[in-house]
Amino acid sequence: MELLKRNAVPLLLVAAQWPVGWLLSQTVNSYYLQIIVYIGINAMLAVSLNLINGITGQFSLGHAGFMAVGAYVSAACSLFLVNGWPAALALPAILLAGGLAAALAGLVVGLPTLRLRGDYLAITTLGFGEIIRVVILNTAAVGGARGLGGMPPLSDFASVYACTIVCVLVIWRLVHSPLGKAFTAVREDEIAAAAMGIDTTRYKITAFVLGAFWAGVAGALFAHFIGYIHTNSFTFLKSVEVVVMVVLGGMGSISGAIIAAAVLTVLTEALRFLADYRMIIYSVLLIVMMLTRPGGLLGRHEITQWRFWSSRTAR
Amino acid sequence: MDQLLQQLINGLAWGAIYALIALGYTMVYGVLRLINFAHGDVYMVGAMMAYYLAHWLGFAVAPSTIGFVIVLTSSMLICGALGALIELVAYRPLRNRPRMSMLITAIGVSMLLEFGGQRVFGPDPKFFPQLIESRSLFKAGAVVLTNIDLLVICVSLFLMVVLRFIVLRTKIGLAVRAVSFSFETSSLMGINVNTVISVTFVIGSALAAAAGAMVGLRNPKIEPLMGVLPGVKAFVAAVLGGIGNFPGAVVGGLVMGVTETLVAAYFSSTYRDAVAFVILIVVLLVRPAGLFGKVTVEKV
Amino acid sequence: MAHPISARRSTTVSVFALLCALLCVLPCVLLCVTGCKGKTDEIVIGEFGSLTGGTATFGTSTHAGVLQALDEINARGGLLGKKVKVVTEDDQSKPEEAVSAVLKLIKQNNVVAVIGEVASSRSLAAAPQCQRNKIPMLSPASTNPKVTEAGDYIFRACFIDPFQGSTMAKFAVNSLKLKRFAILTDTKNDYSVGLAQYFRETAKKLGAEIVAEESYSEGDIEFKAQLTSIKTKSPEAVFVPGYYTECALIARQAKELGLTVPLLGGDGWDSPKTTEIGGAAVDGTYFTNHYSEQENRPEVKKFIDTYKQRNAGKVPDAMAVLGYDSMMMMADAITRAGSTEGPKIRDALAATKNFAAVSGTITIDAQRNAQKSIVVLKIDAGRFTFVESVAP
Repeated sequence: MELLKRNAVPLLLVAAQWPVGWLLSQTVNSYYLQIIVYIGINAMLAVSLNLINGITGQFSLGHAGFMAVGAYVSAACSLFLVNGWPAALALPAILLAGGLAAALAGLVVGLPTLRLRGDYLAITTLGFGEIIRVVILNTAAVGGARGLGGMPPLSDFASVYACTIVCVLVIWRLVHSPLGKAFTAVREDEIAAAAMGIDTTRYKITAFVLGAFWAGVAGALFAHFIGYIHTNSFTFLKSVEVVVMVVLGGMGSISGAIIAAAVLTVLTEALRFLADYRMIIYSVLLIVMMLTRPGGLLGRHEITQWRFWSSRTAR
Repeated sequence: MDQLLQQLINGLAWGAIYALIALGYTMVYGVLRLINFAHGDVYMVGAMMAYYLAHWLGFAVAPSTIGFVIVLTSSMLICGALGALIELVAYRPLRNRPRMSMLITAIGVSMLLEFGGQRVFGPDPKFFPQLIESRSLFKAGAVVLTNIDLLVICVSLFLMVVLRFIVLRTKIGLAVRAVSFSFETSSLMGINVNTVISVTFVIGSALAAAAGAMVGLRNPKIEPLMGVLPGVKAFVAAVLGGIGNFPGAVVGGLVMGVTETLVAAYFSSTYRDAVAFVILIVVLLVRPAGLFGKVTVEKV
Repeated sequence: MAHPISARRSTTVSVFALLCALLCVLPCVLLCVTGCKGKTDEIVIGEFGSLTGGTATFGTSTHAGVLQALDEINARGGLLGKKVKVVTEDDQSKPEEAVSAVLKLIKQNNVVAVIGEVASSRSLAAAPQCQRNKIPMLSPASTNPKVTEAGDYIFRACFIDPFQGSTMAKFAVNSLKLKRFAILTDTKNDYSVGLAQYFRETAKKLGAEIVAEESYSEGDIEFKAQLTSIKTKSPEAVFVPGYYTECALIARQAKELGLTVPLLGGDGWDSPKTTEIGGAAVDGTYFTNHYSEQENRPEVKKFIDTYKQRNAGKVPDAMAVLGYDSMMMMADAITRAGSTEGPKIRDALAATKNFAAVSGTITIDAQRNAQKSIVVLKIDAGRFTFVESVAP
């Protein structure tokens, strides 16, 4: 009962997504609705990567890989395993399957590399993303180069945003719990943290696995929203896109990551007319951003701490 | 047996290309501790420059070995300048910031070169002119060695020897070694760190350009995204040899090339692209410092 | 470094504030992405393709073909007395972008029909959206049979994998009298995987043997390992279903290694670059294609001449041809429909019969696939020469 009371507001928020979703589907055209859903999925990716890159100070470039694991495992699950289940049961099942599979993959990649210096993690996770793609392409059971289609449209606005809220909440509470201080300590000074008795590797792996889990859930939602998946959706570029969201929002700022996810998703759509200049602008933006404001929009702060009137805002 | 020998030749010529790219990674990582993601794309620009130079200078219609040498060296010069420019504009302002900022900028530069390349050069693959006619030098049973394979291996070895001379026997080489040993101390000793870093980028990028031009000659199809995968694999080669270690990068590159070829030949060609990363993970598990790297304890 | 963490505030309040911020962004979406309503005095047709990204070369080729067709249509006075406009969206070679692009074309640009995509993966992702909105979609070059199974609004202007793969197998076994084949597939490419599958099945059915199966990835430039392995199995021919971007290089390296048996391929080989990159190494290759220059059909000559003129002397590849044909087929259907309503254009497209396209005489069958005869070409001293023609 106590648990329910403490979580009343978020639970209500989660529940509210279904009526809101219905309202949106009645009023907003499907193009806008799709962008809104993409924002939710990207926000989930950005917040979960932020736990790894921003809050724990590691550098992962493999988020698209974990997303792919989640997408393919959940898709295979809904096609071969829970086929025919009612949506209310099938949806949690596939989300859990996708998330856990990605978490497991995160554990396998994280264990050997997280003991080492940061740069190695970047290149190993990048490599992991490539390996996953090669493996999928050579697995005929999940379609290989032909992609995998025919998944039921289990995810919609409501399920995506409900998951996003849960994801944000879990990570937010983790970071702001006493335990969360350990993650920040690892980021600030690993040696000092170890000297204080923090098992740095354990915390790094925890963050990494949790981040991978939510990337997997995002992948599962993505797969069942589009109804067709192909390895071309989960390339290195997708990982970079998520990294850019985290960087733009401010490494370590959860609200920043959400805002950046929304801004970048809208921006890529709005810049459509630029066609082949779009990615050039994107990369120039990234460079200029790092040169002029490397802390991102919000720095390490949250939107609630943003002082619009003060000169010493985020840095 | 014949097949194994043939595969070794294939692998060595291919590995020599990796080795040249890996040298640039190792040099930059040595002095800046930065994975220069844009390095693979400099290799692409090197191939493109060689392509355009060959056409502008007329060697495409009148091929000659001299023509190839001219094209190769001018492409190396242009890319050397490009490397210095990238360092000056994108990396130097960030030198005292967290390393992650530089890493992200490097990704930005890499994307800019790739997509800018698609815009400027066009996305369709280009046919690299045959500056030197390919023919087989000798045939022993089923084993064939082409003059181009031999040329690639020889030019790579030559450039590596030149690099080794520069690093070990010249003043600037001494400075590079000093800077990679300790940034602060060498600057206190009166070494101009900025110059040294620029020189590192110039040499590294020039080597990548050489690799690009030679790939154009050996596998005559070049396009703006050609540098992505070789770039990452060459980095793995550098890690395999021990990052920051020059002979290590060369050995790492050759081992990479041969392993990829052997895996494709005897195991499964479908998993060829994954091999590099499996090697990386195994190296990190077993010997994180790489084959030739010194195991260093991180000092507090 | 002061880092005031809002432990004092209740976390739920913060989360709530956060979500408010998120909700604030939603209206921005609606404002930012402004759509342009099509004017009533023109007919707007949508095109989506990979203008950037990994397969940009195919998207840009198709686009050039579509634009050429568009100009010809408008020069003739447009359709139904109105000017025709094509809105093109880039999908960066990514399936999910293809979905966005198509939705934008339908919802924002109010297109009457959609042309795209080259890659089956992107067509498969986008097709359900067109089907749901009752907008006819015509894919120029997606060969996966599944594409048109998405619904009765989805059409294609090219061969499907089974037809092309099995035609080549039959030709190799029956006409060339070969018995031992090796296959070299591009695993990243569904087109290549599809052709290989049907070639393998048909060849085995005809009593031939597949002695080696190797693979590569789109964008590779080094194939010597695979080719050396293939060589030791001494096949009588090597089937290389892929695009000219890799195939010509494969041919070269095969000859360098002394693998001199003929190569076999599909319409992906159709490009002037094949002979430019491959040189003498591609001589003796057989491949299946839509048309042969030697057929002397006026459409073919006119198309190639105009294309060269418009694109700085570039010779069109198969993608450009199919882009052009798709646009022309669509224009023909709209004219016959006499209307720009989705269902009417759909019916007209489905009724396409003996349409004289550059890539052959096209009839749309009950599965909404293009039926046209296939020609087998041989590369002879740098020229594509006609060998035989196979009716569907």
